[in-house]
Amino acid sequence: VFKRFVEIGRVAFISFGPHAGKLVAIVDVIDQNRALVDGPCSGVRRQAMPFKCMQLTDFVLKFPHSARQKCVRLAWEKENINEKWAATRWAKKIEAREKKAKMTDFDRYKVMKAKKMRNRIIKHEMKKLQKMSSKKGKKPEKSEKVKKAQK
Amino acid sequence: GEKAASEKKPAEKAPSKKKPAEKKPAEQKTSQKEGGEKKKKVRKHHASRNPVLARGIGRYSRSAMYARKALYKRKYTAPETKIEKKKKEKPRATITKPVGGDKNGGSRVVKIRKMPRYYPTEDVPRKLLSHGKKPFCQHKRRLRASITPGTVLILLTGRHRGKRVVFLKQLATGLLLVTGPLVINRVPLRRAHQKFVIATSTKVDISGVKIPKHLTDAYFKKKKLRKPKHQEGEIFDTEKEKYELTEQRKSDQKAVDSQILARIKQVPQLRGYLRSTFCLSNGVYPHKLVF
Repeated sequence: VFKRFVEIGRVAFISFGPHAGKLVAIVDVIDQNRALVDGPCSGVRRQAMPFKCMQLTDFVLKFPHSARQKCVRLAWEKENINEKWAATRWAKKIEAREKKAKMTDFDRYKVMKAKKMRNRIIKHEMKKLQKMSSKKGKKPEKSEKVKKAQK
Repeated sequence: GEKAASEKKPAEKAPSKKKPAEKKPAEQKTSQKEGGEKKKKVRKHHASRNPVLARGIGRYSRSAMYARKALYKRKYTAPETKIEKKKKEKPRATITKPVGGDKNGGSRVVKIRKMPRYYPTEDVPRKLLSHGKKPFCQHKRRLRASITPGTVLILLTGRHRGKRVVFLKQLATGLLLVTGPLVINRVPLRRAHQKFVIATSTKVDISGVKIPKHLTDAYFKKKKLRKPKHQEGEIFDTEKEKYELTEQRKSDQKAVDSQILARIKQVPQLRGYLRSTFCLSNGVYPHKLVF
C-alpha cells in the first residue's frame, strides 16, 4: 500500500513553510513528529522539521544516520538529485503551474491562438478519419485502431 | 701632492662655482614653478595644532587656538558680486513734497517707506479658507509607473470597452492620449482616463515616434454651440449632438498610425492581440490575473 517510507536518506519535498518548494534529505528522526533534515544543495540549513510539511519523493540517498552536511552533500551530488528531480513529472508540473500563473495578457492571447490552431488540426484529422470510416464501411476496425493510435 | 690638491680645488671650485651659478636660475625657476604649483595645488593641511589630553579635551582653549592657527590673518570675505556693487547705491529714504496753505511752510519732508500702521497680535497670519486649494489647471498630475509610452492598455469604459489600445502620452489635464491604431481596432486618437484603464506589461517601442504638438486637450474637447439669442424652444436643436469627422482628424490619425503600425508589425502576433478584445470567463478572476 505504501511505497515511500520515511528513512535515513529519503529525499523530501517541503510543501509549506519558509522553505516551501525545496528538497531536503532526512538525516535522522527526532520523535514521532519531527526529523532532522538537511538540504545542502538546495539552500536549507540543517534543522528539525515536522513531517507534516514534508512530502516524500522517490529518491533515497545513502549515508549513515546523523551524517554531517559534507557527507549529505557528497551523496546528493553523487546521485545527481537536482537533475533527477527536474526530470520528474512532479517538478515539471510545478514549473508549469508557476509559468501559468506568471502569464501576461499577451501570453494568454498567444496560448489561446496556439490551442485553437492545435485543436483545429486535430479536428481536421478526426473528420478525415470519420469520413474514411463512413465511406469505407467495410473496414470499421482499422479506423478504430488508427483512432486509438492518434489518441 | 699639495699642489695637485690645490690645483684640484680651484678646478673643482670653478666648475662648482659655475654650477651654483647655473643652478640658481634653474632653482629659481623650479622654486617659482613649485611655488606656483603650490599655489594652484591645495596646500598640505597641517596636523591638528591642539594636542589631545583626553578624548574630547584639547590642550588649548578656543582663543588660544585662534592665535595658534593664525586665524587673525586668515579672514576671507566672498568676492563682491556685480549685484552687490549695484546695490551700493542706496535708494532715497525721504522726499520733500510741496504743501499748500498759507502758513504751512511750503514743503514737508516725507518718508518714502513708512513704518507699518498695524502690528497684528499673532505672528503667523490666519490662513484663508481657500488655502492650499488650487484650481484644476494647477493640480498635480500623476501617472502610474506601469503606464509608459508604448504600453498596451485595456480600456474598461466607454464605447471602446474591452479593446486593447496603444498609449502615446499623457496630456496636460492628466488624460491619456491613446490610439487603436484605427486600422486595427477602430479606436481613433482619443483620450482615456487613467483610472478606467488596465495597463498590461506588453510594450511597443515608440521611442522614435513623433506625435504632432497640436494634439492637446483643446483639440479633443467636445465643442458646445451656445448662442443665447434664442429663447427656450430652439436651444436644444442648435447644439451639436452628432460628432463630425474632420479632415484634420483623419490626417493626424494617419500621421501617427503610420509610424506605430511599422513598430507593431515587428512584434509577432501583436497585431492580432490588439485586434482582440478582453473578456472575463468562468474561473477567470481579475485579482489573480497577471496583466
